[in-house]
Amino acid sequence: MGLADIIIKFILVVIIFAISLLIALYSTYAERKVAAFFQDRIGPNRAGPFGILQPFADGAKMFLKEEIIPTNANAFLFIAGPSLSILTACIGSAVIPWGQTLTIGTHVIDLQVTDINVGVLYILGVVSLGVYGVMIGGWASNNKYSLLGAIRAASQNISYELSMGLSIIALLMVTGTLSLRQIAEQQHGFWANGYFTWNFFKQPLGFLLFIVCAFAETNRTPFDLPECETELVGGYHTEYSSMKLGFYLFSEYINMFISSAVMATLYFGGYNFPFMDLIGPGNLVVILGIVALFAKIFFFIFFFMWVRWTIPRFRYDQLMDLGWKGLIPLAIANIIITGVVITFLN
Amino acid sequence: MEPLSNKRKVLEHKPLNFWERLYLPAIAQGLSITMKHFFRKPVTISYPEQRREYSENFRGMHSLKRDEEGRERCTACGLCALSCPAEAITMIAAERQKGEENLYREEKYAAVYEINMLRCIFCGLCEEACPKEAIYLDGDHVPADYLRKDFIYGKDKLVEAPLNQ
Repeated sequence: MGLADIIIKFILVVIIFAISLLIALYSTYAERKVAAFFQDRIGPNRAGPFGILQPFADGAKMFLKEEIIPTNANAFLFIAGPSLSILTACIGSAVIPWGQTLTIGTHVIDLQVTDINVGVLYILGVVSLGVYGVMIGGWASNNKYSLLGAIRAASQNISYELSMGLSIIALLMVTGTLSLRQIAEQQHGFWANGYFTWNFFKQPLGFLLFIVCAFAETNRTPFDLPECETELVGGYHTEYSSMKLGFYLFSEYINMFISSAVMATLYFGGYNFPFMDLIGPGNLVVILGIVALFAKIFFFIFFFMWVRWTIPRFRYDQLMDLGWKGLIPLAIANIIITGVVITFLN
Repeated sequence: MEPLSNKRKVLEHKPLNFWERLYLPAIAQGLSITMKHFFRKPVTISYPEQRREYSENFRGMHSLKRDEEGRERCTACGLCALSCPAEAITMIAAERQKGEENLYREEKYAAVYEINMLRCIFCGLCEEACPKEAIYLDGDHVPADYLRKDFIYGKDKLVEAPLNQ
């Protein structure tokens, strides 16, 4: 690996980091706009044309707010909580293949930070790390609402990680690899050998389980019990103010972006799009692929918001009921069915 | 008990059936409903730019009127202050001096006329009580302000602009 490659990788990392932050920033704006449209309103429209400067105004507000660390809080862990939360949210993007390889001059640029052969496991690991930020922050606040929110978050994430892992196992039985790059390559185009190439058409039930678990892992409605305002004030971030609160809110949106990217890559063909072979190899098809991937990601982010403004929150026992008695048996059944079908097809 | 109206509806609390327990059909239905709203025209009226039409007898901020020659109509009789249920109006009367006939219509006029807009309930009894047709609640909303003292409006804010100016 030459110096040029290292520089290119570094630039790629910075670009992906910047894009995740930018998308998270504008997700807050989109959330408010989408909510407004669903409720027959206009939404923020004063800061700049159509209110597009609103996220920057909100960000500036977050920075300028007074920073409060409660007297009885554990100051180190209180700061560590949101830091860990945003860190784990950001590092998930490292293994996602954003496109095929770009060729500029003699350099072949791989549009993926690193293609580790256990990419799916890495994603699962990062997702399960995410709960530490919430847990530590909630515990360090020394507030009963925060602690309850943190406990809820922890038990919810553990419950839904199980069925998320099980739904991915069925997917891995189909793909036979853990590398996200290879999984994306297997879904090349849209139609091959008389069947759809995208994994969604091979694992519809698996996708359904995965998206439900993704909602629970990102703490989005209808599974936003860790921060449900009506019962727990603010949940785990009750005591937080200023940019530390901003980090928690931000990491939720980055998580949403990353899990949308993972869903698009695992089940909806990633950067592949129908009739891509007609354009032929070259940089054009690569760029169109990136556009296709981001279109899928934006659709999923929109879907997250669409669901948020449609469905009311689950009660906590219903949440546990759905997770343990509904999704896990379904996921195991999905694995068995997938295994039987694969055995008979071969 | 005999129902008092035909609006009574008996709710059945059956256990959920399989499709209902799946949640998914209901969720899909809900998503389609919200999607319909997504493309519906927003009902918002962007207030300072657009205004909802007001009723013809809307009562807004008071104005002290002038007559056709531009003289103040108010004669400081105090009937408005007397009729005011919120006791929002105070005034100090003064005698018209020679050479002020073009300013004041009557021989007595209000040197100070103050309405406390935080007390005023915009009932319109002052305009009904006025024998000189000098006060009308035909203005706009009372604008917001920071200090309580700034809501006590004197003649500078209440009297109509002079004619020919």
